Amino acid sequence: MIELEQVAYSYGGGELLSDVSLRLNPGSFHFLTGPSGAGKTTVLKLCYGELQPTTGRIRAFETDMRALDRDQMALMRRRMGIVHQDCRFLDHLPVADNVALPLTVSGRDFAQESGNLSELLSWVGLSDRADARPPELSGGERQRAALARAVIMSPDIVLADEPTGNVDWDMSQRLLQLLIELNRMGKTVLIATHDLALIRAAKSQVQARVLRISNRRVQLAGADL
Amino acid sequence: MNAIMKLVMGDAQADRVVPPTGFTARLTLFASGAMAFLTVFALALSLASGRLAHRWGEELARSATIRISAPADQMAAQTEAALTVLRQTPGIASARALTDEEQSALLAPWFGADLPLDTLPMPRLIEVVEGYPPFDAQGLRLRLAAEVPGATLDDHTRWRKPLVDAAQSLRRLGWLSILLIGGAMAAMITLAAQAALAANHQVIEVLRLVGARDGYIALAFVRRFTIRAFIGAAVGVSLGLLGVMLLPSASDEGGFLTGLGFQGASWIWPILIPPLGAGMALLSTGAAARRTLRRLS
Repeated sequence: MIELEQVAYSYGGGELLSDVSLRLNPGSFHFLTGPSGAGKTTVLKLCYGELQPTTGRIRAFETDMRALDRDQMALMRRRMGIVHQDCRFLDHLPVADNVALPLTVSGRDFAQESGNLSELLSWVGLSDRADARPPELSGGERQRAALARAVIMSPDIVLADEPTGNVDWDMSQRLLQLLIELNRMGKTVLIATHDLALIRAAKSQVQARVLRISNRRVQLAGADL
Repeated sequence: MNAIMKLVMGDAQADRVVPPTGFTARLTLFASGAMAFLTVFALALSLASGRLAHRWGEELARSATIRISAPADQMAAQTEAALTVLRQTPGIASARALTDEEQSALLAPWFGADLPLDTLPMPRLIEVVEGYPPFDAQGLRLRLAAEVPGATLDDHTRWRKPLVDAAQSLRRLGWLSILLIGGAMAAMITLAAQAALAANHQVIEVLRLVGARDGYIALAFVRRFTIRAFIGAAVGVSLGLLGVMLLPSASDEGGFLTGLGFQGASWIWPILIPPLGAGMALLSTGAAARRTLRRLS
């Protein structure tokens, strides 16, 4: 589904990632961990094409991402659900419109999808917050809204960057359950997190592969995880 | 056609995606309104100059004067000889010698109505009305020189040409002003659009993140600026036309200044200003959007 082959990424004269090879198969569940600044977010950005590798090759859905122009990249992102650490909402729109944004930009009939939207907001527990503006939401609500937006197009893969970074333990468990549920629906999930407790909690419920970024390289984590 | 319909009809959901853009919205409205207002006056000036140049050219080109300066005892004979030459010259519709009364009336503004014309050595004037095709002024001059030594042909070219040239220059200046106004309007709208796009780079990032194509993002901005430019220009044109209508109506006494305005088919020009302004905004905002989106990628 997404494959990184000997990818390196340099920024500001320094090499952030080196010789990274990674394969995300359909229906698989991955954690990407490592200390802050190790390059977790960079790997995710490389996966969805916001960054281009300095060397190496990235293939998504059997297509070399270097061959995609901006419009083709946009179409490819519709097959990916992306959850940012800072959520990235349009603050002037209510939560429901933010969640439905991928539908809006892809030209899908908003009225026809309103049933799905209500269902989705209910799934993430935000039915009563549909008309609120993003700045009015708590950290957990923002993360759940971001997750709802990421999956509204029923993507093949969900890429989540520190989805539990700003929430308490109970909320992080709830978010984890939502991601596990998505994986059980057949979606590929890649979660970048430094929260080892979350990884341990997940491993008891789902067959997850844990990858660690160390010394600019991505390695399979040891038995301690 | 489909793209134009899409632009005009819009998409309520898509329109909401771009946040209201504060001062750039007001700047676009004001700039297009002010420029449309000025364009109406520049157009009125240009069209009036054009009409004036045409009228002067037409009226003066169709007439000429022959002046007979001869001793009193030869005056009648030379006048008759000149009239004979004129009757035989192709391209002359009519020719007649002015009467003493008519000549007195011509001089009255300078010498008073009681001028004793018969006591002064006055030349005789012959009024010539040109036919179609027009007469050959140079050929007539040569024939008059040979047959009527005291005759001088004045076909008004000497003082008609500078007047017509001045009116034509005024018309060209009017059109140049319209071009400059259009350029300034396009520049201001481009700046406003660029400012709006730069201020909304985070919105653009979010839209790209969720799979928006550049065309979709550009259209959301372009549509907004095009509509504002159209509304601003429509208001500007309305106010401009009101201003033109409030000018004194055309009259012979008022001359050029009171003839400033639109007549007949020329009314189409001010009506075209709002759609042309919107078109200009569409092109300039579209180019600005494409540039900014390329830079942000």
